[in-house]
Amino acid sequence: MPKLPGLFKGLGVTFGTLARTVTQGANTVQYPHEKETPPIRSRGVIALHEGNCTSCMLCARSCPDWCIYIEGHKELAPPRRAGGKPRQVNMLDRFDIDYALCMYCGICVDVCPFDALFWSPEYEYSEPSIADMLHDKVKLGEWMETVPEAPELEVGADKKGKK
Amino acid sequence: MNTVSLIIAEVPYWGQSLLRVLGGLVAVLLPAGTIVYLFLFKMMSFMQSRLGPMEAGPYGSMQLFAEVGKWLQKEDIYPARADKFIFKLAPLIVLASTFLLVAVVPFGPDAWFTNFEAGIFYALAVSSVSVLGILIAGWSSANKYSLLGGLRAAGQLIAYELPMVLAVIGVVIQAGTMNLQGIVLAQNSGSMFGFDGLGNPYVLTQFVGFVIFMISVQAELTQAPFDMPIAESELVSGYMTEYSGFRFLIFFIGEFATAGVFAMIASVLFLGGWAVPFSWFGWTTMDSIDNWMNFAGPLILFTKMMAVTFLVMWVRFSYPRLREDQLQRFAWKVLIPISLVNIMFTAILKVAF
Repeated sequence: MPKLPGLFKGLGVTFGTLARTVTQGANTVQYPHEKETPPIRSRGVIALHEGNCTSCMLCARSCPDWCIYIEGHKELAPPRRAGGKPRQVNMLDRFDIDYALCMYCGICVDVCPFDALFWSPEYEYSEPSIADMLHDKVKLGEWMETVPEAPELEVGADKKGKK
Repeated sequence: MNTVSLIIAEVPYWGQSLLRVLGGLVAVLLPAGTIVYLFLFKMMSFMQSRLGPMEAGPYGSMQLFAEVGKWLQKEDIYPARADKFIFKLAPLIVLASTFLLVAVVPFGPDAWFTNFEAGIFYALAVSSVSVLGILIAGWSSANKYSLLGGLRAAGQLIAYELPMVLAVIGVVIQAGTMNLQGIVLAQNSGSMFGFDGLGNPYVLTQFVGFVIFMISVQAELTQAPFDMPIAESELVSGYMTEYSGFRFLIFFIGEFATAGVFAMIASVLFLGGWAVPFSWFGWTTMDSIDNWMNFAGPLILFTKMMAVTFLVMWVRFSYPRLREDQLQRFAWKVLIPISLVNIMFTAILKVAF
């Protein structure tokens, strides 16, 4: 036998929600017309700071979906001190992230040793064609504008790094 | 006799038939559309703290037309091993039983499609025709999920037909007639313990019958918590699995039109139907009712129908699905004994008073 008081309580819950929605509005947001700002650390899209990238391939190798494509070549740069050997630097030819494959795990951002990849909370970049979900380094560089400032460290936090 | 029936009487027979078909279409499709928009789209959304469709028309009121347009565009698919003729026929049988059902519902003192003595008997009889449609839909789909859904539907609808009939018997005993007009008349011209301000709506004097009837209606309409034949999470919509486009649309209309018609029958049986208590206007018999009731009656019945449908939908949106064995046990071991006892008490009280 079903338990009668619980059944009536259940009816009360749904009717209460009905009344609350009618009088105070719904919990949901009518998306294209009004938007909620995502939390500042949310994982929307990965932005590339090209100047920091050394095309070391760590991100591409750690990506579980293999959705990062990197091509580069080595160039000789003038020596730092007069009379020194010319330096060898890695130049980035191609840096693509296929967001049709990306599963937003963020391993690439964590693994990058030179702070070239950042999370941005931007999320509105869906495309009618799946091929357009491949963002090249120019587009990934444009996302840098949407990357929020890193929040302040907590008081007493251990500062890492050389700075 | 009053003016409406005189006007109707001057129309030739084919004209009367045409008017009746048009009236039947309105009486089936208008409540179905209203129920789908008001309850399925809006009330369910509100009960889940969301707004539901808002884009098509003001407050999403044109959403239903958009949905119908979408369904009509879809390809009419049938499975390779399906029994094609039967497969295509099944939704029409389900919808036809709804149209047959609405034929006996009275909408006013003279506004009815047919008015014959065994009205409620006929209504309960044709309401079980939809079982055939559902069963052959499940069987002809050549799909094991559909077959399971169809068999579950057959078992459930037959099990809940019994308490429904037994609950109605209480009303029939109290009214002394099976004619739906007679039941309306008996409720609104009656009195409870000498007080006639409310008439004698059987929802008060036959409350047990009303509860049993509504539970059975819930199961007959295969609405949650009795939606095992459809059970989208276990049987992928049961007997409707293989249907798409236009034929699915017919099943969909049939489901909610039947909800509307059953709600009409419930309001006729238990809430006084199209009439208001006769003591309010000093009416005593069917002939003394003013003519304007032929126009107000459908609106009053529609209002009562919406109230009953609200109950059905409220329960539907609140409760999770029962298990198949719980469903059968509830029908055979709880509802049928209670309704039998209810009939006994009604008969005793009818003789005593």
